[in-house]
Amino acid sequence: MKAKIHVTLKPGILDPQGKAIEHALDSLKFKHAANVRVGKYIELDLQETDATKAEAAVKAMCEKLLANTIIEEYRYELG
Amino acid sequence: MNIGVVVFPGSNCDHDCRYVFRDVLGQDVTMVWHKEPSLAGLDAVILPGGFSYGDYLRTGAIARFSPVMQAVKQFAAEGKLVLGICNGFQILLEAGLLPGAMLRNKSLHFICRETYVKVENAATPFTHACKPGQVLKIPIAHADGNYYTDPVTLAGLQANAQIIFRYCTVDGTVTPGSCPNGSLDNIAGLCNAEGNVLGMMPHPERCAEAMLGNEDGRLILASMVEGLKKTKRAEAVI
Repeated sequence: MKAKIHVTLKPGILDPQGKAIEHALDSLKFKHAANVRVGKYIELDLQETDATKAEAAVKAMCEKLLANTIIEEYRYELG
Repeated sequence: MNIGVVVFPGSNCDHDCRYVFRDVLGQDVTMVWHKEPSLAGLDAVILPGGFSYGDYLRTGAIARFSPVMQAVKQFAAEGKLVLGICNGFQILLEAGLLPGAMLRNKSLHFICRETYVKVENAATPFTHACKPGQVLKIPIAHADGNYYTDPVTLAGLQANAQIIFRYCTVDGTVTPGSCPNGSLDNIAGLCNAEGNVLGMMPHPERCAEAMLGNEDGRLILASMVEGLKKTKRAEAVI
């Protein structure tokens, strides 16, 4: 089973990278991009075949290591 | 005193820490590899600066799970002194030994320069050699020094005098302009509620010798040593 995980800064947390990219897009004349936020994408393979157990494992990985839940949130897809 | 300096893969300020404690302050220093499960015999532990695990995933995120960190947590729980400098501070935050988290510097730049910090609390084992409100000139070198915590925790830190160092101007005024990295409330260093664990972004070990033109950092490290000596003498009497 493959897990695809997105880790992003929580709304309201300052994202200077996002801002820098927004300004860069603007200066490249892409005027309609706003509120750019930058996150991380992590992919991993799980040996687990049971969907419930796999989900529990991925959630635990996110809570413990992959995201710092003080400043980040996460979402994942299993397939 | 026997000072332990933890070495993670990627730590690079460990030798400077050893130099100051051993060669400038005349103490015994033990380098502690990150896989070491025991801190027995040590009087204080330093988590030095650097780029543990390359700052991969998040700075300090992987180092916090190194085997030695179980012993560091226990050491801290026993009320013993733990000082985290720069990456060491980041590791203490990720490990939950200090509250809050570090974000990328607001300017996105890696900032390597001297800063002025104000000693907000001179009643800790790390600052008792300083005067309250004293301004210290200490260099920083980091890309992720933008401290963040939620408003409730911040209020608690303020009420409990846990904010130990704030970025300030040369004359000790705390202003937004004097904060190099966007850190909340100009926080440059803070301690836990018990006051035995301190994390700071500036590098006191880089300014602890007169020959280098700046000894301000020595006050912090010498405070630790003097405090430990006093405790040992008191224990010997009892």
